Amino acid sequence: MKKKLLSAVIAGFMAATPVMAELTFSALSYRTGAYGNNGIPFADGYLDYFTLLQERDGGIGGESIKVIECETAYNTEKGVECYEATKGEGVLSYSPLSTGITYQLIPKVTADGIALHTMGYGRTSAKNGQIFRNVFNFPANYWDGASVGIKHLLDINGGDIKGKKIALVYHNSAYGKEPIRTLEELSKKHGYELTLLPVDHPGQEQKSQWLQIRREKPDYVLMWGWGVMNPVAIQEAVNIRYPMENFIGVWWSGSENDVLPAGAKATGYKALAFHAVNSDFPIFDDMKKYVVDAGKAAGAGDQVGTVLYNRGMYNAMLVSEAARTAQAIAGKSNISQADMIKGFEALEMTDEKMAALGLAGFGPSFSVSCENHGGDGMVAVAQWDAGAGKWNVVSDFQASDMSVIQPLIDEDSGAFAAENKLSPNCD
Amino acid sequence: MFYREAGDFSKTYREDSQTFPIRFDRYRYYAVLLIAFAIIPFFLNDYWVNAIFLPFLIYSIAAIGLNILTGYCGQVSLGTGGFMAVGAYATYKLMTSFPEVSMVVHILLAGGITAFVGVLFGLPSLRIKGFYLAVATLAAQFFLVWLFNRVPWFYNNSASGQINSPERTLLGVPITGANTEPWAVYLFCLVFVALSAVIARNLTRGAMGRKWMAIRDMDIAAEIIGVNPLTAKLSAFAISSFFVGVSGALFFSVYLGAVEVGEVFGINKSFLVLFMIIIGGLGSIFGSFAGAAFLVLLPVLLKNVLVTGLGWPTDIAAHLEFMIVGGLIIVFLIMEPHGIAQLWRIAKEKLRLWPFPH
Repeated sequence: MKKKLLSAVIAGFMAATPVMAELTFSALSYRTGAYGNNGIPFADGYLDYFTLLQERDGGIGGESIKVIECETAYNTEKGVECYEATKGEGVLSYSPLSTGITYQLIPKVTADGIALHTMGYGRTSAKNGQIFRNVFNFPANYWDGASVGIKHLLDINGGDIKGKKIALVYHNSAYGKEPIRTLEELSKKHGYELTLLPVDHPGQEQKSQWLQIRREKPDYVLMWGWGVMNPVAIQEAVNIRYPMENFIGVWWSGSENDVLPAGAKATGYKALAFHAVNSDFPIFDDMKKYVVDAGKAAGAGDQVGTVLYNRGMYNAMLVSEAARTAQAIAGKSNISQADMIKGFEALEMTDEKMAALGLAGFGPSFSVSCENHGGDGMVAVAQWDAGAGKWNVVSDFQASDMSVIQPLIDEDSGAFAAENKLSPNCD
Repeated sequence: MFYREAGDFSKTYREDSQTFPIRFDRYRYYAVLLIAFAIIPFFLNDYWVNAIFLPFLIYSIAAIGLNILTGYCGQVSLGTGGFMAVGAYATYKLMTSFPEVSMVVHILLAGGITAFVGVLFGLPSLRIKGFYLAVATLAAQFFLVWLFNRVPWFYNNSASGQINSPERTLLGVPITGANTEPWAVYLFCLVFVALSAVIARNLTRGAMGRKWMAIRDMDIAAEIIGVNPLTAKLSAFAISSFFVGVSGALFFSVYLGAVEVGEVFGINKSFLVLFMIIIGGLGSIFGSFAGAAFLVLLPVLLKNVLVTGLGWPTDIAAHLEFMIVGGLIIVFLIMEPHGIAQLWRIAKEKLRLWPFPH
């Protein structure tokens, strides 16, 4: 009774004050340019999840949510402009969905004390939270992806890939170059031969790379592609009749938009995934009821349930759970930017929590700590079935080879610390 | 009435040949300098500096550089992005190799290195002209970007292939890195811009500039009257590349802080700077500023009006922005092929006669 009265008083107070405190998030999205085909579904999923929380639950912990969208076109200059334009609004966390923009923002968010969450992209060594205090890249990063990709090849080859030829087709940018170090280290360990085939921005022209693949016939092709580069690469692979089951993309090269243009022949193409790639989850019923049918969906509203939509939604879910954690730690619902960083650092995603959100089994359970900002790096392999028009997860979620990755993380984050005169600490 | 030469007597040759012969212009110039140096720094915040002033100032230097080459000397160049990249990577190498040396020195040295590279790629200009030269400089653009992507030495073997500018201070005030104050970076760039403009202006109205313009207007005639095309063309390439290199250095170290060569210094950048000088006005220092302002400020203004002001979806606003900027470029080229600088010139002529035009 007392509680009811209290909440009634609070509700009355809230109603009486028109200007409520809001939790502000940013969506540095891109719906235009050469990367728009992949940027749109992610942005829609990200925005829709926040809309769902707002419409169904009235926000997070009773605080309403405000999301500021800003178009970056995957361009770092525009990304900087967006960051500067929105940071004054008290944005709690940034998720730029661009490795290039992430590199821009790391020093800026460090100086401004704002959290940066780069889920499955960005600077891999940000996993070392002792140096990158407010940068988070859980639940998986590129080096996890490279390692699990090689593990998958080991699995299907009975544990031995000595002497195999593996080609890496990559976007010639910070993003595409990230896995190279790991793949080189792994090639020393497992004895495969690595060929590097860079594709320049934006990636529409890949004839020479695929000619080389046709000539050298590598046993496996890995791809680190994004935007228009993905469908072009898959089409080229089909054109040279490369066996699709030996062609594995990173998670950013594994959406419907990438494989559909190549038609039925894209069947068998594999891509890594760090979350579920289908839409059989209870949350989609709510999504339909509160967001899509209510006419509040972001964009055209036609992307619900696609891989990248799911990823955008997953990202928003992790951010909002971090905000909830921050609210619990701070003991108040109107959290500050500093509280949000603590929320990220104490985030625990358990299976029960995921089930309560209507996302049982959607992603792995993991917990974040100051020492580990990158989660456990659990990655699975999905395979495209053009006949059914959907992705199927064909392997278990498995952890990456940390014996190879951890030294690389220590080395790279150590270099960053030395460059910026930081000392690792957790207080 | 107040904008005319009458009553403003020059008593020395020096006074007679000053940049701004009209008294009003002179005071306006001092007023602009005063506002830029002494008033604006007090009203700056991060957004104004990073979204508006830094890009405007740095692109102005690049536009001045390209204007010397294309506008004054008539050599079309599509290699601006590549030369900016040379400036950026040169600063990066210098900054990380000699951390104790002042940034001013590094940026000037980076300009010097770019000048050398510019001369190297300018050599074909002695044999080829026009479109063919444009293609040769285009090759420079692609070659340089490829080089900086290909050779790990240029990016100190970093895993991502990116270059990041570490924190450096000038007189104890940080000017690169994350902990910079808006006024500090603004003033740092403004000094370079002001000096570049003064130097470029005085070069172009001196003997050197006259040689360039002679080459531009008719190279055979210029050669006959005694202009050496070798020195004229190569000096244009060197000085132009110097300014472009300085702008690239500032672009990387002060403005962005982290650069990926293919994205930031790609062919788009070359075209952007070329559009700036075409819209601003070929062969005009003021035109370089006007063009840079037009192409930097207009998209930001449109975005703020459409998205923040009217609340439109970001993608529609972004597409509309392309259409409006593109449309305005076409309108400008049809209505005023000599650029914004020509509008300014006409306005000055009119002002000189005002209010009695006869």
